[in-house]
Amino acid sequence: MSTVVYVPQDTSALSLGAHAVAQRVAAEAARLGQEVQVVRNGSRGLFWLEPLVEVETPAGRMAYGPVSPADVASLFEAGWLTGGKHALSLGPTEAIPYLKRQERLCFARVGVIDPLNLDAYEALGGLRGLRNSAGMAGAKVVEDVVESGLRGRGGAAFPTGIKWRTVLQASGSVKYIVCNADEGDSGTFSDRMLMEGDPFCLIEGMAIAGLAVGAEQGYVYLRSEYPNAQRLFTSALQIARAKGVLGADVLGSGKAFDIELRMGAGAYICGEETSLLESLEGKRGMVRYKPPLPAIEGLFGRPTVVNNVITFASLPIIFDKGAAYYRDFGMGRSRGTLPFQLAGNVKYGGLVEKAFGLTLRELLHDFGGGSATGRPIRAVQVGGPLGAYLPESQFDTPLDYEAFARINGMIGHGGVVVFDDSVDMASMARYAMEFCAVESCGKCTPCRIGSTRGMETIDRIVAGQQREKNIATLKDLCDTMLHGSLCALGGMTPFPVVSALEHFRGDFEK
Amino acid sequence: MRGQHSGSPASVVQAAIENHARRPGGLLPLLHEVQHELGYVPEEAIAPIATALNLSRAEIHGVVSFYPDFRRTAPGRHVLKVCRAEACQAMRGEALAEHIKRRLGVEFNATSADGSVTLEPVYCLGNCACAPAVMWDGEVIGRVSANQLDALLAERLT
Repeated sequence: MSTVVYVPQDTSALSLGAHAVAQRVAAEAARLGQEVQVVRNGSRGLFWLEPLVEVETPAGRMAYGPVSPADVASLFEAGWLTGGKHALSLGPTEAIPYLKRQERLCFARVGVIDPLNLDAYEALGGLRGLRNSAGMAGAKVVEDVVESGLRGRGGAAFPTGIKWRTVLQASGSVKYIVCNADEGDSGTFSDRMLMEGDPFCLIEGMAIAGLAVGAEQGYVYLRSEYPNAQRLFTSALQIARAKGVLGADVLGSGKAFDIELRMGAGAYICGEETSLLESLEGKRGMVRYKPPLPAIEGLFGRPTVVNNVITFASLPIIFDKGAAYYRDFGMGRSRGTLPFQLAGNVKYGGLVEKAFGLTLRELLHDFGGGSATGRPIRAVQVGGPLGAYLPESQFDTPLDYEAFARINGMIGHGGVVVFDDSVDMASMARYAMEFCAVESCGKCTPCRIGSTRGMETIDRIVAGQQREKNIATLKDLCDTMLHGSLCALGGMTPFPVVSALEHFRGDFEK
Repeated sequence: MRGQHSGSPASVVQAAIENHARRPGGLLPLLHEVQHELGYVPEEAIAPIATALNLSRAEIHGVVSFYPDFRRTAPGRHVLKVCRAEACQAMRGEALAEHIKRRLGVEFNATSADGSVTLEPVYCLGNCACAPAVMWDGEVIGRVSANQLDALLAERLT
């Protein structure tokens, strides 16, 4: 009877040497004549412990980490195949407090199973949601999504069910499902982790959507910076087709649905949904005017559901356990859970899926353990490059869409980037403008020109040239970008800039 | 790792056209295939692609030039991408980028004098809890220090 040893194949684990660890485990087992089956799982999302290796024992899965190839021989000597103690022992994986305190609905299987093992996926509840929804009328599926309270996890937080209802009711025989996997925000990696760790969950979620609104073709638009996700998701699509999860007769429902994976080409703006659609059509990723909404005239002019990876991946559990089960997590109008991502200068960086409502401070300290450098946390950017920089005085804000909107912040895609007290906030404000200038599609003037003028104005402020006048100019410019830009790139770049100016003014006046 | 094509640039472009020209919105997959095979999208590729897709050369040029991924000149033997985004900056990523520029003697979007490495900026590799991060020929490396980077270059440029 061979022992199963799990070594992740998630990008972050690989970036810390997981492949070499897997090879060493197999080689050492062969040398010792021990029967070991190495399974390449996704990541549990405890990145300070990666590569995190787990051994399946009669007492459950035991964790060891961070494991380097040089540790492997001593782990075998310590008898890790039967859960033996070692300096890298972390005990039962599920009992690690960081993991135990989470509420993993969307990420329930990520890091647990071999991402390309459909049987393992089904054994842990996979495909139950699709089987349930496939037997329901489209309108009932849509109303259940409305009932669940699910809102778009890409950042805009638009109610998912309302969007689907529009597509369902739109006329036309050809409709599309498009998954936005262009996860460009710095500090975010949940889409990548899910596509690498549980790709069938995304496939199932998209199939639920397709069958509900009457779309037979789906597209996943994945950023090219994620080649490992591309590799795993491509394999998952082939398996799903071979097993009848996708194709002409989805799980025997008599309905057709298939998915094609398309790669982006390095443009941040293609995470904006209309720009993404242009890119899928083979054009420059120029933002479209709205209306018409993509739900009415989307891909190739057809009614289209565009949702983020995590939005789709939240559907299988909603249709497995019911809309009320999901809705009962969360606070206010923020229902369910969100996989938050702790990143940057943080001691315990990783993925934390929790119901909405915990405070930023709880996330930063109870989970994150403070900064990686051990210095005080000075600023936190929540929601990606377009999110506000928050000072310590705002850390008690609950993670809730509306509570963050009240402090001119946003939760966005759930990324949290931590900075210690060595950060220069004037340079971060300048970077926000620089990023906007680099990534602007160029269609509207406030974004295309305002971003470059913003950089120049910040340079003058920092250089002490007519400081008060230039600060007034910068605020005026931000106001123009906020109200005059076509999309969120130009429209929200002012948030990091203005918040840095408001809360960290001293950095501009050194 | 790049430019491992077996045929001439013209035959690579022709094959990519045959594979993708009829797919809805097939221009990006087509360009990806050309770049995958040749390492870049040569100027000579524009006209045949335009003809095949019944578009103007300006439209093809517009797409190629819009996307940062598509190179219009051949890269070095290796491509090193260094993340410049916020999470990596929070872990001294800018200092690492400066170190790499000095070490290779190039600015971003340029190739070292010996043709060994093309240095490119990237805005997020999704490895933000293991910052700073770089990508070497498609392989992401996390928590990179200047010393590790030097060791990596020494090992892989021999």
